[in-house]
Amino acid sequence: MNLELLLPELSLLITAIAVIMLDLFTERKGLLAVVSIVGLAIAAGFAITMWGTDPQAIFNNMLAVDNYALFFKLLFLGIAVLVILVSVDYVSKFVHFRGEYHALVLLATLGMMLMAAATDLISIFVALELAAISFYVLVGFLKDKKSTEASLKFVLLGGIASAVLLFGMALTFGFTGTTQLPEIALAVHEMSAQGLLSNPGLILGIVLMIAGFGFKIAAVPFHMWAPDVYEGAPTPITLYLSVGSKVAGFAVILRVFYSAFALPETLSLDWGMIFAILGAIGMTLGNVVAIQQANIKRMLAYSSIAHAGYIMIGLAAIGLSIGLSPTTDTLAPLAQSSILFYVVAFALADLAAFISVIVISGKLGSDQISDYAGMGKQAPLVALALTLGLISLIGLPPTAGFIAKFYIFSDAVNNGLLWLVIIAVLNSAISAYYYLRVVKVMWLNEPAREGKVPSSLALRLALAISCLGILLLGIVPTIVMKLAEMATSMFGF
Amino acid sequence: MSLGLEHYLVLSAALFSIGLYGALTKRSAVVILMSIELMLNATNIALVAFSRYIVPVLLTGQVFTIFSIVVAAAEATVGLAIIMAIYRSRETIDTTKIDLMKW
Repeated sequence: MNLELLLPELSLLITAIAVIMLDLFTERKGLLAVVSIVGLAIAAGFAITMWGTDPQAIFNNMLAVDNYALFFKLLFLGIAVLVILVSVDYVSKFVHFRGEYHALVLLATLGMMLMAAATDLISIFVALELAAISFYVLVGFLKDKKSTEASLKFVLLGGIASAVLLFGMALTFGFTGTTQLPEIALAVHEMSAQGLLSNPGLILGIVLMIAGFGFKIAAVPFHMWAPDVYEGAPTPITLYLSVGSKVAGFAVILRVFYSAFALPETLSLDWGMIFAILGAIGMTLGNVVAIQQANIKRMLAYSSIAHAGYIMIGLAAIGLSIGLSPTTDTLAPLAQSSILFYVVAFALADLAAFISVIVISGKLGSDQISDYAGMGKQAPLVALALTLGLISLIGLPPTAGFIAKFYIFSDAVNNGLLWLVIIAVLNSAISAYYYLRVVKVMWLNEPAREGKVPSSLALRLALAISCLGILLLGIVPTIVMKLAEMATSMFGF
Repeated sequence: MSLGLEHYLVLSAALFSIGLYGALTKRSAVVILMSIELMLNATNIALVAFSRYIVPVLLTGQVFTIFSIVVAAAEATVGLAIIMAIYRSRETIDTTKIDLMKW
């Protein structure tokens, strides 16, 4: 047993417990955020030292330590640092349970890190639930009417989704005889000779698993929880759900479908097409409904539903590229790495947008877009950051969003998904309307009231990091693209 | 007539469907939570049956079931706590009346 391969996770777990204990003994609650960030930094340090080493399977093939997992682990740790930074002001309003807040954020991070590393249906399920249950509690943390309502909706719908996911896993286990992804791949590969479509139980299992994972990434038609939960949750948690939980869902989907159901080619074509259709519906519905939202958190929720649709274009391209050229050796890792690039770009853009919302709404006490009038004059830097985030979400140069969309769309075109790309480009045009409406309200409308918008150092730091990230990825995308290619080429298990 | 795998699977599928029906139609949050538990337990039956008939030497399905029972317990605890919180602020757990946010 190589426990040192689990050092990032273990150090994070110890930090989470330490934060709860510290909360009992100290009066200086600001210390909790510092300890959490130090713990995250230590975990990230351990993860960096493992980067580039040979992929290894640990705990009886339950978890993999490969570049793919480490890429996502580092991403989640980075996002968690920013979430804790932006929570500083928010948490200082709480009278109780500040330690639990930080500990739950850390445990959710731990769950997502394990999701990226899990290579067995059992460990995937447990990791996913660790993240999900932490989020159920965090969403209801404010204990006011909206927050508890959001939490109730999340826990009930999330419970149904995990039961459906578990049933799908049970069927997959039953018809392949194993829960380990590489062995499922072997079993499915042998089945193809006998005709996979004569095995409807396995197909049902795969479809149910898509439904369960689709809930995690808020893909249409499993998205109904997202707008309500995003609106009611504390804004830093909305940010974390939108950025972290969704990215973790994609990390799992990519690993499950790429390593377990990639061959035979008929099956890949089938799930590729499922993702293509879900993506097309998702981005259209997300963008069209986002137009009529008056609350900026709801608008960003629908926007993130639409972005799940864009990322699914990448999944569809992978399915089709495997289906069309079944020998995996010749398969360029481009489609996988462009998904990884897209999730990083999306995470940065959403971070910039949500952190600006936290700053502005913290001052206004309102999430209505109409109240953002004149922010360009009152808080020019924050308004600039929000503008940058929204431009990146539209996908205009010179931001990360442009490059990300470019990669994803060109992969899809190369694999014969031109129709899907046309839908996606039309959708980007629709999305420009509602994103730019916020920009217009901020810069052109007259402010409704006077006064500066104050922001703490922590918020400004987090905002600066995400904006720099957006520009950096937009101008020199090769750095992250190289990392993403390394991550997917050593897709160990 | 001896009991085969298919009998257990039919039982499991029936229980799962009853649970799903209850979760989608009931109004009380507690009953919805109970329906979710029914769905999870239906899955456990399927897992154990598969394990017994498909891979009788290994205990994969049983191990999976133990994990899923633990997860279900944790989820039920959190779910009930959230229902308590919402009852304190609203004095109702009727999901049709918890409608502050709608699209």
